[in-house]
Amino acid sequence: MELEVDRRVNYSILKIKGDVDLYSSPQVRKQIIPLVDKKNANLLVDFAGVTYMDSSGVATLVEALQLTNKNGGKLRLFNLAQPIKDVFELSRLDKVFDICENEQQVLEGI
Amino acid sequence: MAEVIEIRIPSEPKFLKIIRATVGHICETMAFSSEDCNNITLAVDEACSNIIRHAYGGSSNQPIHVLCILHKDRLEVLLRDFGRKADESEFKSRELDDVRPGGLGVHLIKSVMDIVSYDNSFEQGNQLQLIKYVRKK
Repeated sequence: MELEVDRRVNYSILKIKGDVDLYSSPQVRKQIIPLVDKKNANLLVDFAGVTYMDSSGVATLVEALQLTNKNGGKLRLFNLAQPIKDVFELSRLDKVFDICENEQQVLEGI
Repeated sequence: MAEVIEIRIPSEPKFLKIIRATVGHICETMAFSSEDCNNITLAVDEACSNIIRHAYGGSSNQPIHVLCILHKDRLEVLLRDFGRKADESEFKSRELDDVRPGGLGVHLIKSVMDIVSYDNSFEQGNQLQLIKYVRKK
């Protein structure tokens, strides 16, 4: 799995590539938590390269979402392939997260 | 007669990918839809993760046996560990309104498989049986 952070003025984009599972989700957590653990931080997570995600990946994102909400920022997910969307739907978290179709949509209002 | 494929891995998270690849290929050889292939792979992966985290407490050198039995109308997967006996109450789905990290794996397994049966009657360890029927098109 590979992670890449693109820092902009009002937001950061975290690009994830590969499988997010019990093995790799601690790496995602290590990267994502500092990005959202500050006031008004906006984080956009690009899933275009994500080939698989399990419940440990979802749990990491739930933790990030809770921190973002606490700090008055926004966490948005975009470019999710259907099998990844299915994991959020099965977890009944698809309405809890702000899931956007593409980069244009994810940047609206940021 | 049913065909049987057995996979044995150590309880090391980096080997979960091997389980996913193998189960995915098995599902493709049966007449499962691609959605079902993904869901079955997810369920088996989540079950292995639970073994690593709960039965073996994160220890990475313990055995996990995954037995895939390819019946004509269904895939049966038996996951055997030799770790800490699980309490039946631990194999419960979380409350879905409770948005918090963790506790999701069991819910996902139960959501996607047709039969989920837990057996801790072994002298050592546990066995989880997962069954998915091939849906008629």
